[in-house]
Amino acid sequence: MEVSAEAKRIMVVALGKLYSSRTQRGGLRLHRSLLLTLVMKSARDIYHAAQATAQSAAPTCEPQHPAVNVITTRPAAAQGLQSPASHPAEESRTAGSSTELRCAPHAHDHAENKENVCPSGPAQHSRKRRGKAAAEPDFLPCKKAKLEQVNCHQQLIVSSVLSDYVKCSSELRTAPTPIPVQTAIAAC
Amino acid sequence: MGEDTDSTPALNHHGFLPDHNYVTEADIISTVEFNHTGELLATGDKGGRVVIFQREPESKTEPFSQGEYNVYSTFQSHEPEFDYLKSLEIEEKINKIRWLPQQNAAHFLLSTNDKTIKLWKVSERDKRPEGYNLKDEEGRIKDISTVTSLQVPVLKPMDLMVEVTPRRVFANAHTYHINSISVNSDYETYMSADDLRINLWHLDITDRSFNIVDIKPANMEDLTEVITAAEFHPHHCNLFVYSSSKGTLRLCDMREAALCDKHSKLFEEPEDPSARSFFSEIISSVSDVKFSHSGRYLLTRDYLTAKVWDLNMESKPLETYQVHDYLRSKLCSLYENDCIFDKFECAWNGSDSVIMTGAYNNFFRMFDRNTKRDVTLEASRESSKPRAVLKPRRVCAAGGKRRKDDISVDSLDFTKKILHTAWHPNENIIAIAATNNLYIFQDKLNSEMH
Repeated sequence: MEVSAEAKRIMVVALGKLYSSRTQRGGLRLHRSLLLTLVMKSARDIYHAAQATAQSAAPTCEPQHPAVNVITTRPAAAQGLQSPASHPAEESRTAGSSTELRCAPHAHDHAENKENVCPSGPAQHSRKRRGKAAAEPDFLPCKKAKLEQVNCHQQLIVSSVLSDYVKCSSELRTAPTPIPVQTAIAAC
Repeated sequence: MGEDTDSTPALNHHGFLPDHNYVTEADIISTVEFNHTGELLATGDKGGRVVIFQREPESKTEPFSQGEYNVYSTFQSHEPEFDYLKSLEIEEKINKIRWLPQQNAAHFLLSTNDKTIKLWKVSERDKRPEGYNLKDEEGRIKDISTVTSLQVPVLKPMDLMVEVTPRRVFANAHTYHINSISVNSDYETYMSADDLRINLWHLDITDRSFNIVDIKPANMEDLTEVITAAEFHPHHCNLFVYSSSKGTLRLCDMREAALCDKHSKLFEEPEDPSARSFFSEIISSVSDVKFSHSGRYLLTRDYLTAKVWDLNMESKPLETYQVHDYLRSKLCSLYENDCIFDKFECAWNGSDSVIMTGAYNNFFRMFDRNTKRDVTLEASRESSKPRAVLKPRRVCAAGGKRRKDDISVDSLDFTKKILHTAWHPNENIIAIAATNNLYIFQDKLNSEMH
């Protein structure tokens, strides 16, 4: 989603400015550092909120996403989700949390699936090669099918509140060297 | 208001080569201040130097040269220093200059950098004693045997010499960077404010100061706001105001307590929730606060607006003026190129009817509080030939209807910013600092305030 990409970029820029201010002549400027920290915190909060909303509803960052072409209101969302994929550190985190989130509403399905899957477990294992066992378990619900109109609206509500950022992002030049967001957040 | 403004040629601060775009950083003007009569104008720069201009007395024989400002004196106020304990370099940039009211033939001014305030005495010498008994004209000691009679030395006229001497150095009182100094109306004390504390000094005492405001939290991680500017009331020596990075103003009364952490009045405008953005905190930070000459109003400047507050109304400003609202949609880019952190100053005219503040592209704005008219003018070499009349400028929003000579928002030069401006205390004369150049504009038609 555009908002979360925007928030991430702002955080990264804030970090860069904070780091470079350390070597500035005259020492650390408290006022400037405070303002940068405030911007970074609000960007972080918005980023987390946007990520949480995106993960509770939307599909993953798989490149072949048929829904992207069909749903015109969601291209930004798909982009936003794909960009985390470029950060290996983050991908594991989001995948982990998305699993968590999905567990809650779909625990019911999960249990059902397990019941269905388990009996044929040993048979599956014997058929599968070892390498594939390490891959994503196939009892997780297929994320491609999760796209729903209801969730679309949720996304739009979040976007409209922060419509400012959508306008802003068009003016931004290419982002500076990306710093893994985990490091950015840890530094807050 | 100045429809017909006369301009004196740009007073070049220090050796700027007109053919090159290169500007020495040390020459960038960092503060501008008229003295109480307007006869003298002081500027400070990033290199720690102070230049004082003096207005030529009006002469009937040459009407056009009346009231022009020429260099009176130049001196090095502050030098770069190094704090060994913190391994930090202390910049020599002059943050503020404040004149003391004149009490004898000499002039006094306070100048400050990030850590140290200095009191300077500016005096003229136009006579020299001659006829010493023990020294000859060159100053060599005379041979006593040649002295046969005694004479009383007499004062003979000499070429005017302006001497500047440091009289006091007020140091080691601020942990954080000093952003303001303000002389009290009692003419005995003054205050200096840094990001978290305000100290009160006596002009004659340098080894101690009183801390009157301290907003440093016990745990620095809980820090939410800093002090951005402070000023004494022009008439009531017990009142002062300070502004914060959150956009609030606090009026404090020194009679209430020794430590004025508790304000007498808090001036705050509730935030407009629909205007909320990532950068709301940054643009609401107050960069300058000035009492009106009457003492009744306060003028504040934040990134996009200038506001006039009535001391009797804390809930919201009396008037809000949009300085460059067309930048509101550009905040993201301005954040990336650091312009969003620029600190613009603001000024009242002598009668408190007009306020002035700077903007980008060497533009500055004036707002008439009575007629509600405003004007945008440019301080540039091209538009400021001597006796030229300044032409009002207009910035049109991107995509808006564009008239001839209008500038579009996207072609504004953000490196040309007017952060420091000053208005003569009595007349319609303004001083504008544009990077390393000082422009002085005079309104010949309307030289009296109205």
